[in-house]
Amino acid sequence: MTTEPAQPPSGEQPGQDAQPTPVADGPVLSLSKMSLSFGGLRALTELDLAVNDCEIVSMIGPNGAGKTTVFNVITGVYRPSSGDVRFAGHAIAGHPPHTIAQLGIARTFQTLRLFMNMSVLENVMAATYGHTRATPVESILRLPWARREEREARALAEEVLSFFGQRLAGYRWDQPAYSLSYANRRRLEIARALATKPRVLLLDEPAAGMNPAETHEITELIGRLRDERRLAILVIEHDMHVVAGCSDRVVALDHGVKIAEGGFDEVANHPAVVEAYMGRDPEALAESG
Amino acid sequence: MLPPTRGPDIGVPVPALPPEALAAEAARPAGERQADAAQEGGPQVGADEWVARRAQRHEYLPSWLGSAQRAAERVGWWPRLAIAGLAGVVLPLFGLGGFQLQVGIDSLVIALLAVGLNIVVGWTGMLDLGYVAFFGFGAYAFALLSSAQVGSHGIHLPSLLSIPIVIIATGILGLLVGLPSRRLIGDYLAIVTLFFGEAFVEFTNNVAPGVLGGPNGIVGIDTVHAFGHQISSNEGYYYLLVVLLVATMAVLRLLDTSRTGRAWRAVREDPLAAGSMTVPVDRVKLMAFAFGAAVAGLAGTIFAAQQISVFPTDFDTPILIVVYAALVLGGAGSIAGAATGALLVYVIYDGLLRSPTYSGYMFYGLILLTLLARLRPWRRLALVLAGTVAFGFVAHAVAQAISHTWVAGAPQSTGSVGAALRDWVIVPANAQTPGKFGFVLLVCLLIALVQVKGIWRTVLLVPTLYVASFTWETVLIANPSVTRQLMIGAILIVMMNARPQGLLGTRRVEVPT
Repeated sequence: MTTEPAQPPSGEQPGQDAQPTPVADGPVLSLSKMSLSFGGLRALTELDLAVNDCEIVSMIGPNGAGKTTVFNVITGVYRPSSGDVRFAGHAIAGHPPHTIAQLGIARTFQTLRLFMNMSVLENVMAATYGHTRATPVESILRLPWARREEREARALAEEVLSFFGQRLAGYRWDQPAYSLSYANRRRLEIARALATKPRVLLLDEPAAGMNPAETHEITELIGRLRDERRLAILVIEHDMHVVAGCSDRVVALDHGVKIAEGGFDEVANHPAVVEAYMGRDPEALAESG
Repeated sequence: MLPPTRGPDIGVPVPALPPEALAAEAARPAGERQADAAQEGGPQVGADEWVARRAQRHEYLPSWLGSAQRAAERVGWWPRLAIAGLAGVVLPLFGLGGFQLQVGIDSLVIALLAVGLNIVVGWTGMLDLGYVAFFGFGAYAFALLSSAQVGSHGIHLPSLLSIPIVIIATGILGLLVGLPSRRLIGDYLAIVTLFFGEAFVEFTNNVAPGVLGGPNGIVGIDTVHAFGHQISSNEGYYYLLVVLLVATMAVLRLLDTSRTGRAWRAVREDPLAAGSMTVPVDRVKLMAFAFGAAVAGLAGTIFAAQQISVFPTDFDTPILIVVYAALVLGGAGSIAGAATGALLVYVIYDGLLRSPTYSGYMFYGLILLTLLARLRPWRRLALVLAGTVAFGFVAHAVAQAISHTWVAGAPQSTGSVGAALRDWVIVPANAQTPGKFGFVLLVCLLIALVQVKGIWRTVLLVPTLYVASFTWETVLIANPSVTRQLMIGAILIVMMNARPQGLLGTRRVEVPT
């Protein structure tokens, strides 16, 4: 994706068919002064966040800090109350989810949302809808280009599945997704997201519910996604081994406000982060009181 | 052929397959891949594998039925469709009578409706209860275009023109109904479409009686005529419907295995995830509405042409119930299931259950099959059957000893069933009133049966079976219009217990969201 020649940015809005024109410099995904309220509840307050190409940014914070909400705003599930969401220089706030996904932002879900009763291969191929074009009539007639497109979609699906090696090997492709183990379901979610040909990948707790060995594996996998597939990755994760192991940068959130940003050690030892997770130190409280 | 891999407990990521190995892997059929993985000990990823195998075993029926199922699965989808189509063409050669042929035609129309409804309900997961209105619209549109109803001389379009026009118009109507409905979910969609369906019946009954004919409908519709031929016999319509059903199923199969079919099913499984995976959910739902409606429109044209008349009551709720029963029984989500379910349900509903003999076979057969399938251990099954037989003869003897008029009547079942039951079931001289009390008693016994547990259920089963037979022989068999509704309901209940996914459906897991 990054090898595409930079084109002069066109004036039109990113519509159904418009490909994002990569801007040479600057973050591929940026939120600026973004706020979101549900009635009187402020879920996110003036949030600034930027992710560059080939960078892994981790988002941490206690439960209810608004991490998944950030994902939902970026992917168009919610519309921000104010502020700006930009992808490759284009404002994307207010676009429907499928348009945003088509532009190049893919996500996985914290609570797995696979197409459980479809086969593993179909799960991945369903995600190629956005960059295939055959109309129903063309598909019924099996016209040459419809066949070619179908072959390409299948090849892409097999390629992203093979990224997980033996874990999602060929003999599983025709099995229904519900027959997969929990860890493999998480892998399949990532494979499905990759099939949308993303430039930015949003991973919502990819290591949740995994054992230590699998957690280690997923950490390496996130690194490989950046290095081999040149993706910008935003990860929500509670497991600090994963955060420490893969992040280029860490952002800490609490009550919808960014409280710290920087390297892992810097953020992990930041007083505001410690306080958000542990509460205020009782001894310090006693001294100040 | 596969690179050696490490076990699951080693925290080292398994290397990706090289492209050539991947291609070789993909080229082999799934069964072989699976067998391989099992033989070589393959990648032993443990529980995962086990769950998958277990789930797959559960897909098959026990014993030789399962082997037959596997053998049938080795024959591909297309050969199976061809065989079914051929069977449909050959069937009338055995000499179907006028009534049988009419039942065949009607069941083929229902099958067309069921495969169309399958798009909306089975694939896209939208509970559309107004589907029959599209069928009615197609029939009325064809009637207006092929009769003397409009204008002074009427419109008499050739069928090759009017049928495509009606199909497209019905598709557009589906789109228009879908537009406001596409954001409605679950219960809301169901109730709004149900209103639409009823509104259609009211509309045809009351609006523009000069054109639509009100309750008197439209009569004198042209038959289908094309290429200088005119289809005027029922045989002709039967063959036309077989061809159209097979063609529609083929088209839907091609659609199902394309990107559109995958998008429909993705929307059924999880609309939010589908949206996040580049599927435009609203547009995909609209497409499903339009395609489903178009199939119903096609069914409507042939229905109108074959009946030579259309009436508002032809498109009321009873037909909706039959189509849904067909889809559920056959297996929602499966084209072959929808068609098979429709043929079965309609042949049972309108063909068999109208005849006392066949409905008797159905009734006793269903009871016996249920007992055979559900009663375990075998000892208990034998006890219940022997107990019921003994109970009947004792009851009959006691009744006879008390008064001869109590057993003066004859069972309504004719033939061998009636003969076998003559000395077993009590049928009084004037059976109507006792039969009605018997029906009430049967309902009470059934309620009691599902409330009690253990040995009492077994004991209670004996009188329940006897009273069921008594009610059947006295009143139920004499009222087929009520009985066939009850029977279809009973068949569905049995089906839900025996095979919830339907005859040809695949097992689905419900995912709480």
